[in-house]
Amino acid sequence: MTKVITDVICPFCGTLCDDVEVTVSDDGKKLLEVANACVIGTEKFLHSQSSDRVTKPRLRQEDGSWKDISYEEAADYTAKLLAKARKPLMYGWSSTNCEAQCVGNEIAEVAKACCDNTAAVCHGTTLIAVQDIGLPSCTLGEVKNRADRIIFWGCNPAHAHPRHMSRYSIFPRGFFTGKGQMSRKLVVVDPRCTDTAKMADVHLQIEQGRDYELLDAFRVALKGEWLPDVVAGIHAEKIREVADILKSGRFGIIFFGMGVTQSLSKNHNIDAAIALTKDLNEHTKYSIMPMRGHYNVTGSGEVFAWQFGFPYSVDLTRGFARYNPGDSSSIDLLLRGEIDAMFTIGSDPGAHFPISAVKQIAKVDSVCIDPHMTPTSGVSKLHVPVAFNGVETGGNCYRMDNVPIDCRKVVEPPEGMKTDLEFLTMVCDRLKKLKGVA
Amino acid sequence: METVTITMKNVPALYLEAETISPDAFAGKNAAQIAELPVFEGNVPSTLGKYFEVSGNAGATAADTKIVVKGDAKKVKYIGFKMTAGEVVIEGPADQYVGAWMKGGKLTAKGDVGAFAATAMKGGELVIEGNAGNYLGAAYRGDWRGMSGGKILVMGNAGSDTGMYMLGGEITINGNCDVHVMTHAEGGKVTIKGNAKSKLGGQMVDGTIIIFGNIDVMMPGFKPNGEVELEVDGAKAKFAHFIGDMGERHKKKKGAIVYGNLYKKI
Repeated sequence: MTKVITDVICPFCGTLCDDVEVTVSDDGKKLLEVANACVIGTEKFLHSQSSDRVTKPRLRQEDGSWKDISYEEAADYTAKLLAKARKPLMYGWSSTNCEAQCVGNEIAEVAKACCDNTAAVCHGTTLIAVQDIGLPSCTLGEVKNRADRIIFWGCNPAHAHPRHMSRYSIFPRGFFTGKGQMSRKLVVVDPRCTDTAKMADVHLQIEQGRDYELLDAFRVALKGEWLPDVVAGIHAEKIREVADILKSGRFGIIFFGMGVTQSLSKNHNIDAAIALTKDLNEHTKYSIMPMRGHYNVTGSGEVFAWQFGFPYSVDLTRGFARYNPGDSSSIDLLLRGEIDAMFTIGSDPGAHFPISAVKQIAKVDSVCIDPHMTPTSGVSKLHVPVAFNGVETGGNCYRMDNVPIDCRKVVEPPEGMKTDLEFLTMVCDRLKKLKGVA
Repeated sequence: METVTITMKNVPALYLEAETISPDAFAGKNAAQIAELPVFEGNVPSTLGKYFEVSGNAGATAADTKIVVKGDAKKVKYIGFKMTAGEVVIEGPADQYVGAWMKGGKLTAKGDVGAFAATAMKGGELVIEGNAGNYLGAAYRGDWRGMSGGKILVMGNAGSDTGMYMLGGEITINGNCDVHVMTHAEGGKVTIKGNAKSKLGGQMVDGTIIIFGNIDVMMPGFKPNGEVELEVDGAKAKFAHFIGDMGERHKKKKGAIVYGNLYKKI
């Protein structure tokens, strides 16, 4: 016999779908089928069942081979590494739960480390802009029920957040949007003709790296001021026409992604987009929301912010929290050779950082806590496999609109395997003893 | 004026945070006392004397103190941090936050300096004979008050985000400038003798940009407003005048709207 677990939360992207159905074996040890999730989410659930999974911590030997060690030995190694380091970097956090992040922050405080989450290479620039000028935002439920003007700027949810459009932004029939897609006008701004752009009522195929100019041009158009003939490859008449479409809605939302946060102008792009949202509120109701990537990167920002006062790139080396991306951000720390130990959890900088930064990880003492074998575990000295959060253990996570949702455990982890929270607690206890702060 | 010379003897393995290298911290101390001033390498507290050879005694006040930094200070942050008077000469390159929050005195860097130089500067004079990094004379993260007074001269090039949130003071760059100059500025003046890339004066409320070279891409929010003759450093020249950023909010003075000004040499 098998049993079906309903209303399961998908631990893949920031959309944090909460309607997944999972079929498990009667003893709860095997995960058999996944329904309702997108193809990436399904894979994430099924990957927990793969036969080649690493189930024991592995320490790199001098000849390059791995040696299996116990969790106790791994915790000892990690605590010693953090106690010895003069400037350790604790990076990741976006694919684990808030409870583990809390213990991680306690470790960072004792170790006087730099801590950062994946926003550093994703929506960190958004957080800078939010601190600069604020964020008029809403929840995804409001988008579903009210939004009749949808703007996707520099993002491609068709591939990166596959169920975002069907659950919230384009297709669903909401309270005031009874005709679903027919009730909405979709504007996509992207230099590429993406699958999202193909669905758009208006696709502005902007010149690469000119988002800041186009956003400014929209603000100028809303004020009815002079515009040059062409801005960012788009004709002025077209800009004024689209500005009118935006104004004519009852409720609009700007979703933006890494096409603007990590291209030329970075935080200034978001700054200008938020300013445009504020301007549009003089005509009708508008909100703006970042398309957060990892399922709990938002939660990591929340936990950092309520414990340290800053949402990412926090430097605790002097015993108090400092924050200045450019100085305290992971890639800068690595590229400039500022750190002497690397602790990675719940993310894969090996696959996403510039290769020169990854080479730096390989040079220093390093620990990688991850259920998967990744490029990061490949360059780390110690790899600690853990239970899949959201599959083999529950815990609190935040959706991209800052709504907290509790993930659920649906299947047992392999025997003897620790969760992030359990392993971090072991490290924390040992580190406190080493530092004499128990 | 008394001169204290500090010479790098042990280059830090990581980076050194040495906000104590300023005439204000040195004032009234002899060489031995200066060598005891605290610095940080990562999370390890240490003393200035561990990294630098200190010779000479400081004057009684900051105004009577001159500091000469010799040797490789490429990995030293915060030189001239919050200085209010006196003089600092860095003979080679230095890292981030050179002259950050400085209020007075003169700081000369003979080599390149890193990012965040003259962050939120209020007064005094900063001369960078090499190149400046990003965020020169800008606001600190999250602050809306950038440089508000004093003078900066960069003989080489400057990075991006020069004069972000600038409120007053003057920056002159003899070389070229990367993207974003005076973003969100509400006052002050930036003169660029070389070329600039793009996004000059984005979201600018007030202030002045004068550029002698080319601009790759103009901000659409800057509207042509005729031609004017300006005198810069004693030489007169004709400039095309633009006002903006038209997309941004603007203050009113005596009934007239005040815009940011951009002058481009013809």
